Order: sequence, then C-alpha cells, then structure tokens
Amino acid sequence: MASQKRPLSPHIQIYKPQITSVLSITHRLTGVALLFAALLLSSWVISATYGNDAFNQTQNILSSWLGILILIGLTVSIFYHLGNGIRHLFWDFGKGFELKDVKRSGLVVILFTLIMSIITWFIIFNTLTKSLWN
Amino acid sequence: MELRAHLGKVRGLGSNNSGSKHWWSQRVSGIALIPLTLWFLMSIINIFNADLAAFKDWINYKANAALLSLLITFMFYHGFLGLQVIIEDYIHQERVKISILLICRFIIISFGTYSIFSIMKLTFGG
Repeated sequence: MASQKRPLSPHIQIYKPQITSVLSITHRLTGVALLFAALLLSSWVISATYGNDAFNQTQNILSSWLGILILIGLTVSIFYHLGNGIRHLFWDFGKGFELKDVKRSGLVVILFTLIMSIITWFIIFNTLTKSLWN
Repeated sequence: MELRAHLGKVRGLGSNNSGSKHWWSQRVSGIALIPLTLWFLMSIINIFNADLAAFKDWINYKANAALLSLLITFMFYHGFLGLQVIIEDYIHQERVKISILLICRFIIISFGTYSIFSIMKLTFGG
C-alpha cells in the first residue's frame, strides 16, 4: 500500500521518559502479563481434573522459587493494573486531567501497588511458614 | 445516511461502528473484575500450595465455582479486548493483523471454555 512509505514523526526514543508516559505503557505491559496470568489460572484449574499427580505437579511448579517469582510479578501487575484502571475510570468521567493531578494520582497508584503487594505476600509467606511448622 | 463510497466499504475502510461497544465492554468488564479479583486474591491465600482434596473442597464451597467461572470469563474477555487494541495499534499489515487477532481469539476461547468445563467437572463430580 502507498501509505507504507510515508515519513514518520519523531518516535518514542526521542522523548524523555516521564511519569505519565511510563505509567501509561506499564498499564499495557501489565495487561499483557495478566493475560498470561489468566492462561496460568486456567491451566491450574484444568490440571485439577487430571488427578492428584497432575495437580501436585502444577502446585510444585507454582511454589518453586521461579514460580513464586513469577507469581510475585503477577501480583504486582494485578495491583498496578487495578489501581491504574480505576485511575482511567476517573479520567473517563472527565476528572483529574490537570497535569498536577495526573502526576499525583500516578504516585498514588505506585504506592497502592507497593503496599498491597507487600501485604499480600507477607500474608502468604506467613501462612506458608505456619503450615511448615504444623 | 451512508457517506462512504461503495468501493471503500467493500475494502473495509473507515469506521465499522463497533468502537463505542468495544470501549464500553472494556470498562464494564474491568469494573466487574475489581470485586472478582479481590475475592480471588483473598481466597488464593488460603489455598496456596493446597493439595487436590483441599482445592476440591474450596471449589465446592458456597459460590466459589460460580465466582471462579465469572473471574475466568471476564479475565479472558477483558484481556482479549485489551490485546486487540495493542495488536491494532502496532500491527499495520491487514492480513497479519487479522490472522493474529483470530489466533489470539481462538487460544483465549479454547482456554476459557476448557476452564469452565473443568470447573463443572470438579463441581458436579467425575
């Protein structure tokens, strides 16, 4: 098609990363990560129909150090995408468009993500060590 | 009234008037996912590292099977809507774009259907 060779405007690498643009692309990246989380969740449920061995194997993979690392990454993605999704809903209602507000709500989302992820994994590790002791 | 030329219409140029439905579906499924995700996170803490018997007990407890089905449905639906926008943004060759969209749709519907089927199997016995 003729449109393929048109000149392009300066592209992404020419711009300085800012909280607004970085958070925006992070929303997309965490969204894609969460689609993988959905595939993982459904594989986990499906494996339960294949009996004890299959389910235990899935659980062992998920609770290995690599599995836990992935799950921590996905937990961070969940809270980020959830928080930033709510931020998007406010924008949809036309609220919080001033640059000052956009930066502030971005910081709130980052703090929310960190705090919720730490609380979640604190509880998980706490119950895990308890079950090891009993 | 239709302002598009017949040739343009046949070639699929211009708006096909499904944009606002996509936009709304993405928001509504996103809002539905807020309570479902929080419910799931609170549940998963208790069944993290559980064995199959404990998992079956959990899925058969009260509305858990229904909520998990809803979560999986909305996650895949919302995820596909988002992925569709990303693919449409970055892939410009029509044939490649449509092929990738169809492949993604196929994978997502397969996993979704198989998961719901598995949940029913775990709930109704088998």
